[in-house]
Amino acid sequence: MIPDLGKYAGAVMGAYAVSIVLLVLLVAVSMWRGARVRRQLDEIEARRARNG
Amino acid sequence: MASLWQYANPQKFVQTTGAVLPALAVLTALALIAGLVWGFFFTPDDFRQGSTVKIIYLHVPAALMAINAWLMMLVASLIWLVRRHHVSALAARAAAPVGLTMTVIALLTGAIWGQPMWGTWWAWDPRLTSFLILGLFYLGYIALWAAIEDPDAAADLTAVLCMVGSVFAVLSRYAVNFWNQGLHQGASLSMDAEENVADVFYFPLLVCIAGFVLLFVTLVLLRTRTEIRARRIKALLARERMA
Repeated sequence: MIPDLGKYAGAVMGAYAVSIVLLVLLVAVSMWRGARVRRQLDEIEARRARNG
Repeated sequence: MASLWQYANPQKFVQTTGAVLPALAVLTALALIAGLVWGFFFTPDDFRQGSTVKIIYLHVPAALMAINAWLMMLVASLIWLVRRHHVSALAARAAAPVGLTMTVIALLTGAIWGQPMWGTWWAWDPRLTSFLILGLFYLGYIALWAAIEDPDAAADLTAVLCMVGSVFAVLSRYAVNFWNQGLHQGASLSMDAEENVADVFYFPLLVCIAGFVLLFVTLVLLRTRTEIRARRIKALLARERMA
């Protein structure tokens, strides 16, 4: 399935691996922080609604 | 233009982006997967560079976005300085880590590509050097936002830093033309058919670029929503402390 990359296989696979790891990390951190902040805000607004 | 400025209202921005983000995320995934699979599996080796040419599908879009992310931050910063719209300042802040990641990807894939082609991981070449400095500006910009407690002062100072750093964003793009020296070649994408890459590499590259642009837009919208909410939390907690 993987094309024959010849003597440059290490370089090509390395470039793809590094880039994909960085992109996945960026997306994961952005989503994780987004969910955490949203949950925090929901909690604070619910507390304010309860306390008037 | 009145319709554009309505998104300066944080509530309107969160509401609108919430509706478009799922579709944008799907489009991003489709473009990225299509472009990278096409480029990696279904393009031939280059007659000179062999299979390393496949690195172009990551290196060029990442470099392009690293530069354009900074220019987007510049526009958002200018809007903040002129019109004092908080959403634009927060959008600039939200874009910085995305731009930094793109810069790191461009630098790393460039080094990995350069080693077998140039015989070195790094050279103090005008384009490489200005790109490294742009990366340092990204780090400084992120650190400055984190270091200043008052959000308006932070937005003002980072906007000024952004304007200064724009010199290196432009240099990163045009250094090859300004100084006719160094290892890095000219533009991969050009209106000049002689200079432009061959069609067999060009079309999958365009799809990859579209994927990276969409990824940038999606992440900036997502992260701006987070920054807006984080700002609201800060305001509510401050109000609670005052009560």
